[in-house]
Amino acid sequence: MAIRVQAGDFDVGAEYAAFTAGRTSVGGVAMFVGLVRDIAGGAAVSAMTLEHYPGMTEKQLEAIEEEARRRWPLDDVLVIHRHGRLEPGDRIVMVATASAHRDAAFESCRFLMDWLKTRAPFWKLEATPEGERWVEAKESDDAAAARWVE
Amino acid sequence: MKILYFAWLRSKIGVPTETVELPAEVTTAGDLVEWLKTRSSRHAEALANSKVVKVAVNQEHVPYDHPISPTDEVALFPPVTGG
Repeated sequence: MAIRVQAGDFDVGAEYAAFTAGRTSVGGVAMFVGLVRDIAGGAAVSAMTLEHYPGMTEKQLEAIEEEARRRWPLDDVLVIHRHGRLEPGDRIVMVATASAHRDAAFESCRFLMDWLKTRAPFWKLEATPEGERWVEAKESDDAAAARWVE
Repeated sequence: MKILYFAWLRSKIGVPTETVELPAEVTTAGDLVEWLKTRSSRHAEALANSKVVKVAVNQEHVPYDHPISPTDEVALFPPVTGG
């Protein structure tokens, strides 16, 4: 189990290696890595600054992980989310799930991302040629999260 | 009560946190948002559209009818956009 909120980058290969080391009961790992795009809403994005609510962020991510483990038989879960100033191409977030079978790994990975996007207290500030602008929440993200409401 | 502001609510109100003395009639998260609007024109403008003003009490998301007490840590912020 690991939830990490950090300013620094992470190495996906090294994280995967550590995540699976010595775990011979795991039959599959699903991973999602979110990156900073260089265009959003038709405007060029030169940088993105992620603000968060220290304390609540970790608490919410732990609650989401707990919910994923309640719903699927998972051997392990890893969530890494960065904050601070990032540039196009930089990694923002990584979610990995390990299970004996692929369905639990795929579904729980998607669930973790969908709930993270609507519950973890992060806010994105984009730098564009017209100036800085706060990213607005998307209804499609609410709909994606709502699919998982039991 | 300590109140924290994040993202554009912080920049519009102009401070990241403030400590306020709550009047007795302010008993819910929704009451607090309404009362904060009366503190200054900056507060009134930032909090005008309650659809985009979310509240957390003690680091949990809560609806506007959630009760609040002076020892709570309350945060106001726009809908989250991480991931």
